[in-house]
Amino acid sequence: MSSTAQLDRQVVEAPKRGLARLNIQLENIASGIVLVLLVIVLGAVSPAFLSFSNFLDIARVVAITGIIAVGMTLVIITGGIDLSVGSTVGLVGAVTASLVAGSVSDNALVSGVKLPVPLAVLVGLAVGALIGLINGLIITRTKIEPFMATLGTMIFVKGLLYLYTGGYPITFDPMPHGYAFLGQGAMFGVPTPVVFFAVAVAVLWWLSRRMSVGRAIYAIGGNPEAARLSGLKVDRTKVFVYTLLGLLAGLAGIILTSRQASADTVIGTGFELIAISGVVIGGTSLTGGRGSVIGSLIGVFIVGVIQNALNLFGASTQIQYVVTGLVLLLAISLDGIARRRRRT
Amino acid sequence: MVASSTPQPLLRMEGITKSYGNVQVLHGVDLEVGRGEVLGLLGENGAGKSTLLNVLNGVIGREGGSVLIDGQPVEFAGPKQAQEAGLAFIHQELSVLPYLSVAENIFIGRLPRRKGMPWLVDWASCYRRAGEILERLGVRIDPRTMVGRLGTAEQELVEIAKALSMNARIITMDEPTASLTEAEIERLFTLMRQLKADGVSVLYVSHRLDEVGEICDRATILRDGKIVTTVDAKTTGSHALATMMVGRELSELFPKTEHERGPETLRVSDLSTPKLKNVSLTAHRGEILGLAGLVGSGRTELARAIFGADPITSGEIFVEGEKVTIDSPGAAIRHGIGLVPEDRKHQGAVLSMSNAQNISLACMSKVSRLGQLNRGAERQEARRLIQDLQVYPPRAEQETGRLSGGNQQKVVLAKWLFAGSKILIVDEPTRGVDVGARAAIHGLINDLAGQGATIIMISSDLPEVMGMSDRILVMHEGRVAGELARKDFSEEAIVMYASGLEPTTSGPEPAVAGLEPTREGSNA
Repeated sequence: MSSTAQLDRQVVEAPKRGLARLNIQLENIASGIVLVLLVIVLGAVSPAFLSFSNFLDIARVVAITGIIAVGMTLVIITGGIDLSVGSTVGLVGAVTASLVAGSVSDNALVSGVKLPVPLAVLVGLAVGALIGLINGLIITRTKIEPFMATLGTMIFVKGLLYLYTGGYPITFDPMPHGYAFLGQGAMFGVPTPVVFFAVAVAVLWWLSRRMSVGRAIYAIGGNPEAARLSGLKVDRTKVFVYTLLGLLAGLAGIILTSRQASADTVIGTGFELIAISGVVIGGTSLTGGRGSVIGSLIGVFIVGVIQNALNLFGASTQIQYVVTGLVLLLAISLDGIARRRRRT
Repeated sequence: MVASSTPQPLLRMEGITKSYGNVQVLHGVDLEVGRGEVLGLLGENGAGKSTLLNVLNGVIGREGGSVLIDGQPVEFAGPKQAQEAGLAFIHQELSVLPYLSVAENIFIGRLPRRKGMPWLVDWASCYRRAGEILERLGVRIDPRTMVGRLGTAEQELVEIAKALSMNARIITMDEPTASLTEAEIERLFTLMRQLKADGVSVLYVSHRLDEVGEICDRATILRDGKIVTTVDAKTTGSHALATMMVGRELSELFPKTEHERGPETLRVSDLSTPKLKNVSLTAHRGEILGLAGLVGSGRTELARAIFGADPITSGEIFVEGEKVTIDSPGAAIRHGIGLVPEDRKHQGAVLSMSNAQNISLACMSKVSRLGQLNRGAERQEARRLIQDLQVYPPRAEQETGRLSGGNQQKVVLAKWLFAGSKILIVDEPTRGVDVGARAAIHGLINDLAGQGATIIMISSDLPEVMGMSDRILVMHEGRVAGELARKDFSEEAIVMYASGLEPTTSGPEPAVAGLEPTREGSNA
């Protein structure tokens, strides 16, 4: 019988005023405040930090994982997660690099077909989107937890990468200009990866906030059953966000191989964690329904700025991991506390 | 009133009061259970039965009154203390641990230990003692069996065995037969008679009135948090019990306005799902069709099947005379059907989104072109509906999760007004909603019917469903057990149909023997 429950509910549901509401707003802009504080403090400590060239440096470093992070944001808002993006970066990078004229490898499988750069890039993006599509289909058809499903594809795709490259790196001799432009070029003084990142942020922001599919993404993450009972196509929307993320991870892989002028079996490893860190630090809730693309933009910059600062101060890679991990734990803890406060 | 069967009752509750917030749920309830007695506790949904049982078993505290066992006042800080005092509570939703053995379930938390080695479980004695208890119950279950592999009835027996192993003297059973078959019910009753003979008392809650006469000695009737009366269960007929349960005049709270009943808009024929058996119904333009029945009788399942939320195994649906295929909520919405679900928090509104976003959710195409939302138009439409429905606070940008229950429900209703639904199914629309919002929601439903919408209203609140409806279908165990026209509305008739009985047209108190329980109901 329900009288107990319903009466309790009524008491709990009294509208909140004053501080509670202020706190929620604080929660939404918290990551922005953290970033601003970081920049002020670091600028005061080290003048080199505030230079324009250093900013571009940070942006360039952040761009590649940032492209993944904005796609990951939509996946996480639907209440999912994708661990396979790092492997996708590696496979798409290797496939695209191998198809570009001038690429060489000791593995016979790789050196066969050569395509013009735009076509090679399209094939690479298609591979990325396909991996995302498979993720989406597995998750919606079998109802496996996204964490487990994409853990499986992560290992599977990594295996494909080893098979495809035979474990040998792919290098260029020489790299075509068109391909070099993707990772090493610049437009109006802005590095191409940063331009791609900016476009990805703009498009995904628009999609998530101004289009009905974006509304569906938020609704599905916020309350899947209510979304379904409102006639939204829950499964199709989920497949779409995973496919989009696969495509973006592929783009990140293409840019990365161009920038490094090589593809090997380790590139992209751990990118899923960096991207997820950025998303969570940017205030997107891992339980779904809340978050924003702009938040993730800020989140990946927070990670980038911290790493950059540690570099400037000559900290080792190990220390960088420790610090990034601590920041992530802090962000997740704050998310958990905020969620508990919302419930009561 | 019938006097207690023993001079010193085993359990006595006096003047129990309890309220939640400003709402008083129990108003000084007195109750007595004699030694070796089965006392039926009857009442409608919301009468306060669960609250009373929770107070008795130490699940929640009480504000006033006292509980006496063997004449000694007792105070329970929690369920554990209540157990130690000889009380056991068998919930409707069983709380067995499916992956543990029968013996482990019986002794969980108190597994016998090896002598001298208290960190080791004495499995031999554990299985032996479990076997003894089961034998005493006349139950043939191997104590080593994993409980998840037993049927529901046997799981219930394990719960009873657990209660006995704790030397429980007063066992509370909350609708124990809800999910049992006839044969299993018989077995349970046999066991209950044996418990009686052993001097164990049972407080028995059931909605199946025919069972009450069969198993209970006396029946206490609770209504609106007060004890109405206590009667001899053997000699009081089901009809009389039903009358006592509902026994109030239909209040004038419901602003029923008579509308012209228009042409048929919805026809469901022979609809079946795993939970529904050949349900047929028709509904008309301007009509409010009430769906009554007990919780679990298939009303919600029917609503979800019509709306495409659950798959149907067979049957046809016609909207405005045309046969339609509804295989998803999206398809239902395209045919002008809307559903305000029973569980607002989990199914109705997306609490993390704003009112405007919730309102446009079922029909975003109305305020978008090529997938681009026109947020200005969306907000404007939302503001209009928020104003019409008097949502408070009246802000389109307000997060829906921050509204009160009644206002959230108004937002869900606004969603279907926005989508222009012509057939609106509302499932318990006023559950957990305060009085003011209740009246507003009733007014709105009336207005919609007046404007030509077809409303199907599911409600467990009899005055509500009778006050609002033009016609009522009563469901029982997945079937339509009866249909009542407005002139034939009576709470007794609804309760009888809902309990799987045939209402008689006259005579408030026929003999129990004259009532052949027809559990299957009839297909009206």
